[in-house]
Amino acid sequence: MVARLEEATGRYVNLMVQGRLYRIYFEEAGRGIPLLCLHTAGAEGSQYRHLLNDPDITRNYRVIAFDMPWHGKSLPPVGYHLEEYRLTTDLYVATIMAVCQELELEQPVIMGCSMGGRIVLQLALAHAPELRAVIGLESADHQEPWYDTDWLHLPDIHGGEVSAALVSGLVAPQSPDEYRWETLWGYQQGGPGVFKGDLHFYRADSDYRDRIGNIDTTQCPVYLLTGEYDYSCTPEDTLRTAARIKGAEATIMEGLGHFPMSEDPQQFRRYIIPILDKIRG
Amino acid sequence: MEELADRVNENPGLVRRGRFVSLEWLLQIGAEDHYLTIENGRLAAVTPGPVLMRSSRFTIHIEEDAWQRFCRPVPRPGYYDLFGMCKLGVARIDGDFHPLIANLRYFREMLAMARLETDEATHGS
Repeated sequence: MVARLEEATGRYVNLMVQGRLYRIYFEEAGRGIPLLCLHTAGAEGSQYRHLLNDPDITRNYRVIAFDMPWHGKSLPPVGYHLEEYRLTTDLYVATIMAVCQELELEQPVIMGCSMGGRIVLQLALAHAPELRAVIGLESADHQEPWYDTDWLHLPDIHGGEVSAALVSGLVAPQSPDEYRWETLWGYQQGGPGVFKGDLHFYRADSDYRDRIGNIDTTQCPVYLLTGEYDYSCTPEDTLRTAARIKGAEATIMEGLGHFPMSEDPQQFRRYIIPILDKIRG
Repeated sequence: MEELADRVNENPGLVRRGRFVSLEWLLQIGAEDHYLTIENGRLAAVTPGPVLMRSSRFTIHIEEDAWQRFCRPVPRPGYYDLFGMCKLGVARIDGDFHPLIANLRYFREMLAMARLETDEATHGS
């Protein structure tokens, strides 16, 4: 009997970010242009497993998806039990750029979803010469909150259950049940307070409305794609953001919600492959 | 609403998820009140309102038109989820949020039980 092995392999890399050592888990597959993928808040890199196993993508791209510290198989730093996790723009950028440096990714394309879609805007602003392009999924320079994040980390409410239940309405109704529930599993198993800590970045430290007009898309092209069923980062949020960035391209994806790459991979590839082909040139 | 009780109670998975829930909550659809009595996950009674001085732990208000859109088999964007409708301003939650949030999957799935299985008007919505 032949084992049904996937092409993707998983490894760990140890790296320093802002003076602290982190053990980071990442998966990769393919050869060619590095495509670094950033997961949503409170989740993990396996959201990108369908891209990692798509030969139409991996024949031209080296796809890499890592778990942010505190998420998935990446550990929190030593001493985590004494602190409250709060992601910031500076820490997020430093972590991503440290991964790029340690893995020697030259001129990578960086694609992120939700909070990952937010940070790629900052990367395009601050690190354009080092990047080939950025792709923001469910991406905007700012969006209006729709719930109180204090509910995510309480002693008498299961954080994983409530996180998954809150985001479940962001999955499009057309998405296959198999992938809907796999997407929600990522939220159900999150560490205590981690989703809330990510949302500190998303809510309190990433209002980029005053700066994204300075992004130079001739140096770092910007592609934004948002699902029509996303009421967290709405299509209007994305279109408004794209309108502020000269040269940015925005696409509203039919039949998709807030987690396009994991909630309906077949529908998503119809939108992402043409973008990746365009970036490849 | 009578049908909603049957749908909930005939769904063993949903009743199991709500087995720690026993309370009464108020669903307001437009101007219509419905008091929903939950006993260990079963929807034990649906009492039409208004009822004078009757208590409930929390209230979910949904505008009539929004409720009709929510109940379609495949709702259009914005009307697929309670919190999406709250963000749109066509629904509102009042009262004690704790039992709702602690059992959010249960209550979301209970509301979704009201969804129609077929609706020819869906494509025109």
